[in-house]
Amino acid sequence: MSALLEVSDLVVDFPTAADGVFHAVDSVSFTVSAGERVGIVGESGSGKSLTSQALMRLVPEPGTVSSGSVLFEGADVMAFSAKKLQKWRGSQTAMVFQDPMSSLNPLMRIGRQITESLQKHLGLSKAESRTRAIELLQRVGIPDAESRLSDFPGAFSGGMRQRVCIAIATACSPKLIIADEPTTALDVTVQAQVLDLLDHMATELNTGVILISHDLGVISSFCDRILVMYAGRIVEEGTAEQIVGDPQHPYTKALLSSILRLSEPIPRRLKPISGAPPLAGQRASGCSFAPRCALAIDACRTLDPALVPASNASPGQRVACGVAAPAAFELADEVTAA
Amino acid sequence: MSEAVPAAAAVDPLALGDKPVRAREVLRSLKKDPAALASIVVLLALAVIALAAPLLSPHDPLQTFPDIGLGPQGQPLPPGTPGFLLGTDALGRDVLSRLIYGAQVSLVIGIVANGLATAFGVLVGIVAGYFGGVVEAILMRITDVVISFPILLLCTALIAVTTRSTFNVIIVIALIYWTTLARIIRSMVVSLKEREFVVASQTLGLSHRSIMWRHILPHLVPAIIVYTTLGVASSILIESALSFLGIGVPIPQPSWGQMISDGSTYFQIAPWMLFIPGICLILTVMAFNLVGDWLSDMLNSQTPLAR
Amino acid sequence: MSTVLLEVDDLEVTFRRSAGPGRRAASVPAVRGVSFQLEAGTTLGIAGESGSGKSTIARTLMGINKPSGGSMRLNGADVGALRGRELAQYRQTMQMIFQDPYDSLDPRMKVSETLLEAIKLRKNKPASPLNEVYQLLEKVGLSKSFASRRPRELSGGQRQRVSIARALCVDPRLILCDEAVSALDVSVRAQVLNLLKDLQEDLGLAYLFISHDLSTLRFMADYVGIMYLGKIVELGTRDEIFERPQHPYTRALLSAVPEPVVIDRTVRLPRVRLTGEPPSSTNPPTGCSFHPRCPLAQEICRTTAPARRVTSSGQLAACHFAEPELVVAEA
Repeated sequence: MSALLEVSDLVVDFPTAADGVFHAVDSVSFTVSAGERVGIVGESGSGKSLTSQALMRLVPEPGTVSSGSVLFEGADVMAFSAKKLQKWRGSQTAMVFQDPMSSLNPLMRIGRQITESLQKHLGLSKAESRTRAIELLQRVGIPDAESRLSDFPGAFSGGMRQRVCIAIATACSPKLIIADEPTTALDVTVQAQVLDLLDHMATELNTGVILISHDLGVISSFCDRILVMYAGRIVEEGTAEQIVGDPQHPYTKALLSSILRLSEPIPRRLKPISGAPPLAGQRASGCSFAPRCALAIDACRTLDPALVPASNASPGQRVACGVAAPAAFELADEVTAA
Repeated sequence: MSEAVPAAAAVDPLALGDKPVRAREVLRSLKKDPAALASIVVLLALAVIALAAPLLSPHDPLQTFPDIGLGPQGQPLPPGTPGFLLGTDALGRDVLSRLIYGAQVSLVIGIVANGLATAFGVLVGIVAGYFGGVVEAILMRITDVVISFPILLLCTALIAVTTRSTFNVIIVIALIYWTTLARIIRSMVVSLKEREFVVASQTLGLSHRSIMWRHILPHLVPAIIVYTTLGVASSILIESALSFLGIGVPIPQPSWGQMISDGSTYFQIAPWMLFIPGICLILTVMAFNLVGDWLSDMLNSQTPLAR
Repeated sequence: MSTVLLEVDDLEVTFRRSAGPGRRAASVPAVRGVSFQLEAGTTLGIAGESGSGKSTIARTLMGINKPSGGSMRLNGADVGALRGRELAQYRQTMQMIFQDPYDSLDPRMKVSETLLEAIKLRKNKPASPLNEVYQLLEKVGLSKSFASRRPRELSGGQRQRVSIARALCVDPRLILCDEAVSALDVSVRAQVLNLLKDLQEDLGLAYLFISHDLSTLRFMADYVGIMYLGKIVELGTRDEIFERPQHPYTRALLSAVPEPVVIDRTVRLPRVRLTGEPPSSTNPPTGCSFHPRCPLAQEICRTTAPARRVTSSGQLAACHFAEPELVVAEA
């Protein structure tokens, strides 16, 4: 299976107040295959959204992608010219954001917003693009699609707007959809509908999907593979079953045990992770999770563990923890030595 | 639950001053803005000149020199004449001395008038915005009425019915300029009072007065500073315009507007009488505007990754 | 039976929405005839989607919104009849914790200033207010050193702890938590929930816990009310609501929650998937508000609003079909 998207050693830097540099995203590598659903889960400040922005080359000022490569079907995205980048963003990839209201132009009719990119990227005529727009709206489950083309975004409810966004995102049949907290602003019953829709689109078009969320429930019910991010790094990677069923990293474990589930007996007290995620620019040396980790040993405070195959020998599961997988420290040593 | 990524330079007036401004940051931001730095120097110099007017001015600004201050045909002397660095005016008074004392008048009027306008505008804006409803409707309709008058016409009328004095000029300018700030402050308060920390203090049972005073006003201070600085420039301009129309500061007291007005009469034979106060006025107004812009930029800018 | 602390009867809150671009002025019934009781020391959870009116109930209890009908009785006294100082005193029996930890503290004030301001409102002022501040901080699990910090130096969880401390300043009996943990990171959320539970045990507090997150409610609440479009459609004990839900909306809500559990992907769980979205409260549907989305809707649902009644499993539900037969039929 050849990779659709190949991200390696991606680093996103932000200047700090003290004239230093802070790696908001730190050596992140992963791949997405066609039709694969990859989830990135993490808390605030984990760098999950920045990762997706970086691979679209949309890192907000004053951040910069300081190193790493992003290959899309073998082509180096970081080397794209402005024109090529624009074309690529519009036709090959698409983003769906958390707030559907702010990603739609409130003063432009829905029809125009959909047909615009169809005409621009696919070279369709006015009439063709209109027909296509109606099809798209029908496909995302908007009733009465033809008459709604002339509505402004304000006339749609939150869930309907997110459907419109998905219609726009899938207008040019992109090969990759990046959805950043697409359901966080939505009600739970509507969230289920939108996730079903994304699922359906991905299956139908064989689109690769990167779903970004803070909600492990959403991620694990939707994704094939999960990347767990903490403080700018991927700390664990595996299939949904591996991550939820047999987590290896202490952070993943702690996260899962601090979550309430309707399907389990009510605990008397929750088992929280002590402390809080590190603030931007205030990460500890060594493993960033060490200050909150119950299993931390001395080495954790000095060595930065690498992402290595997990010691439970589960295929594809990788973990960045020297305690769970001693190889992580061995690799870390080499890095420091070099 | 969003990422701790700075929003791309979103300017939120309410985010102003949520963090204390440090002297180091002020200096750093000044270094990046040489125009503002120059403006501050100009304004400081102006303030010093205005305060030290009696020491600095070579002559009494009101004294006429019919013999040495006028040419053979009774014409004003050009700049560079010995004893009269910037020349004399039509009555043989020293332009430099009048300019120096004029700065005093312009600054005093600009600052006092605008200070009064600020105080009143802030009061009206806070009360209207906080209480809303009928109170707001009444206060803001009054504001609308005042705003809809043509400013100069209103000034002219107001001063025509009173006597011509510096005090009246100040009052008139203040009466007109509070409206802008009242509107700005009101709209800020309307959104501030929905903020959870304000609602929280209401639910605790704090009095309205202490909520307005302790939880709302402090958040308005940076905006007030910015708009006041910009307002001083307008006030100085208005004073000049009034003096130019002959209804400003009473003669023979020197004011820049008065000097420009005189200068325009003698423009053909003594252009310096117009240009010298004119340039001073432009510089001062521009300096206030540049400082105002800089203040608003600086107070608005948020350091990256502030969380 | 313990004492009833709060009694809300047939509460109605209607907002007047002024005309704006593309919309007419309208009256929006946000809360439509809500009744419940809350006993001292217990937690009533209220769940519902956005726009269901759950936050409006809390804001009306706190006096931020005005009720347009019904009554609220706190310790037996009619809150609507109280005025001035008496009202202010009474209101301190109830305090509120807000959703947004980044907005609920005055960013210009130190933690100690925020707390001292609230402590000063107490009827009998403590001898050493600063000591009181330290004690409060300790109660919410923060060290003394936090007193001199400003909100921007605190994490979301720490801010929410300070908010809790501020609410405790006036010695309330009831705390309204409006989505109090929703904005917190998962790992931090658990800490705050534990803290709230501990405080309840130590101080005998009652909570009105409002959340859209059902699993959080299940952990916190003794009683649960499910709101839909301004009405409580189902009200019962935690077990009744979560183990034997009667209202089709409650069931749909429960089955829509995605859970991080290992799922056998070949066998999809029979889920009650709702179609459509909550209708606007400006113009609620006729009959039962839920009927346009309800998988069980019949003719009667379109014409007649169901009354709330006790179902066979014990809780109150407002559904024409909330009967034991239904459960059997579906199983």
